[in-house]
Amino acid sequence: MKYDQAFQEILSASPYRPMKAKIVKANKVTEHEKFFRIELEGKKELGHLPGQFVQASLFGYGEAPISICSSSTQKEYFDLTVRKLGTVTSALHKLESGDTIGIRGPFGNGFPLDKMLGNNILIVAGGLGIVPLRSLIQYILDKRKDFGEVQILLGCKTPKDMLFGDEIASWQKRADIKFNCTVDKADPDWKGNVGLITSLIPGVTIRPKQTYAVVVGPPIMYKFVILEFLKKEIPARQIIVSLERKMKCGLGKCGHCQIRNVYVCQCGPVFTFEQLREMEGECHEGECHV
Amino acid sequence: MKYAIINRMDMGRWFDSLKDRGKIYGPKKKESAYVFRPIQEFEEMSLKYIPTILPPKKYYFPQKEFLLKFKINPFSTGKAIREFEEFILFGVHTCDIAGIQCMDVVFNEKPADPNYLNRKEKMTIIGLECMDYCDKYASCAAVGTHVYKGGYDIMLTDLGDEYAIHINSEKGDKLVTGKKYIREMNAKDKEKLNKAFEEKLKKFNNEFDGDMERIDKAFEKGFFSPVWKDLGARCVGCTNCTAVCPTCYCFDVVDEVSLNLNDGDRYRVWNYCQMDDFAKVSTGEDFRAGRDARQRHRYYRKFKYSVQKYNKYFCTGCGRCTRTCMAKISLVETINQLLSGKEAK
Ligand SMILES: Cc1cc2nc3c(=O)[nH]c(=O)nc-3n(C[C@H](O)[C@H](O)[C@H](O)COP(=O)(O)OP(=O)(O)OC[C@H]3O[C@@H](n4cnc5c(N)ncnc54)[C@H](O)[C@@H]3O)c2cc1C
Ligand code: SF4
Ligand code: SF4
Ligand code: FES
Repeated sequence: MKYDQAFQEILSASPYRPMKAKIVKANKVTEHEKFFRIELEGKKELGHLPGQFVQASLFGYGEAPISICSSSTQKEYFDLTVRKLGTVTSALHKLESGDTIGIRGPFGNGFPLDKMLGNNILIVAGGLGIVPLRSLIQYILDKRKDFGEVQILLGCKTPKDMLFGDEIASWQKRADIKFNCTVDKADPDWKGNVGLITSLIPGVTIRPKQTYAVVVGPPIMYKFVILEFLKKEIPARQIIVSLERKMKCGLGKCGHCQIRNVYVCQCGPVFTFEQLREMEGECHEGECHV
Repeated sequence: MKYAIINRMDMGRWFDSLKDRGKIYGPKKKESAYVFRPIQEFEEMSLKYIPTILPPKKYYFPQKEFLLKFKINPFSTGKAIREFEEFILFGVHTCDIAGIQCMDVVFNEKPADPNYLNRKEKMTIIGLECMDYCDKYASCAAVGTHVYKGGYDIMLTDLGDEYAIHINSEKGDKLVTGKKYIREMNAKDKEKLNKAFEEKLKKFNNEFDGDMERIDKAFEKGFFSPVWKDLGARCVGCTNCTAVCPTCYCFDVVDEVSLNLNDGDRYRVWNYCQMDDFAKVSTGEDFRAGRDARQRHRYYRKFKYSVQKYNKYFCTGCGRCTRTCMAKISLVETINQLLSGKEAK
């Protein structure tokens, strides 16, 4: 036959086939979120970049796109944090250490590390946004010398909703990063800031031209945070977001994740604000209507 | 041999000789419409037909396509389909062949889709040239799909007592060589074919009020046009337009567990961007809310996004979406309204 080996391989290897993986750690971390540490069969390396995601596959239930929340510098395992919402995520919440799970991926583009290298980094995480950002923060901390000043702003609803508490406490202690956090509603033990995350940005001093500002959070948050970034004169191409869209295949085919002509599963989920502007009319009103 | 001639009387004979190549699907009358169906005898087919309710897409991109077999415990995965069957599509119009060419670029693009490529490998396409419009809903001349431009194994052109055969692949060649009743085309036949083609071209004219260059521009600046609001107000969201389109390929992925609650299949199933939950996520956020936005998306996927991504229009002009629309929304009218830049009725 005239068909070469590569073609034969495509015909027999399906991109829909998940890899077998083992859950080596499972902790319920808040009322709605569960943390999983996962090892691929044979301790195979996932080979991801910060900001990419996997399709977590549970036979009988389906698949859900979940951000990889550990750094690519950590190679033997990777972490996921799952909020319980519907069919697949509820089923995922029933899994414990030792259970098996299917993994497809990694998918997506990830954060533009090569461009960010050598620059100052301002990270703004709202709510579940800390999940994908944790992979970036861990990466930056592991390669701290490759980046300029690093500032992290974190916001969540109440102190109880805060994810990765111990790890965040260790970030707070580091002298080589600036860390600040706020809650919408305090409880009696809370000693930190109270208020919206946007209230923290004006106090930040940065050199805008040498800064990459990254924001991940719920769609409504983008508008206000990006406005603050723009006030600080950070260029649109250095403002970075990660978008959420419905996903089924992760392969740029099924159409669910499309924003105009862009397939978020392949070209995203990470975009610059410059790119968002070109999607005007199809992105969530908070994302690009600034 | 590149061109050949077969007598109309010998078509049945030739058809019979194709049977050992695999199952044959062809157009057949069903009440007042036409459908592709498995065909046993040549006479069953209606070769004078208007585009079938569903395009032949159902054979190379089945509505329900198994992707994977799985066992829950112990975790294991296996091929969903052991062997793909050889089959022949008989009498496919050039617009539907253009539809297959659209699917080809989508599913060949990395990461390539093994289900589609496997089916395509096993598929033989015998096309049938249209010598006149099928009906008033077609817009094939605008996008140039009324003439054949590759993508088939054999193309048949009805010349009255005879059919001209254009052989376009090795696969196609095998189907005609060695048949005593099929002869090579001579100069006279060729002249007849050319003449028929010239006559045909006279019947086809751009169905839109402007050429594709103008349409490109209209889409360029038409994203916020009132045309979409108007469509949104009329569309009832039945999803028919996307279900019948030869270039729609959106899908959902679903798991099905067997009665033993341990073995199962993961399959994909046609899904339509006109469904109201198509872009809605579990938090309730809807990223394409409103029928106006969804109709606009459909049109942009046919006339703009596909051009940006694949340098190809993903409308073959088959007219199916117009024929089937519950709200009598016409593709040609919509494009013309967009071109006119005026508010629609
Ligand atoms: C790039 C990306 C990264 C994500 N990272 C995380 C993460 O780290 N942690 C986390 O908890 N959640 C994450 N999500 C959201 C998560 O994918 C959805 O909450 C999840 O798919 C809901 O699935 P379900 O079956 O529980 O809900 P159902 O409502 O039953 O949804 C059924 C199916 O619809 C699709 N779907 C529904 N909602 C979403 C959605 N929000 N995004 C994409 N597909 C959806 C999925 O295919 C899902 O299986 C991410 C989403 C995206 C797009
Ligand atoms: S958009 Fe309508 S006319 Fe164009 S290919 Fe699809 S069904 Fe046919
Ligand atoms: S066929 Fe007509 S009514 Fe139905 S979804 Fe399409 S445009 Fe709307
Ligand atoms: S998730 Fe299927 S195309 Fe992006």
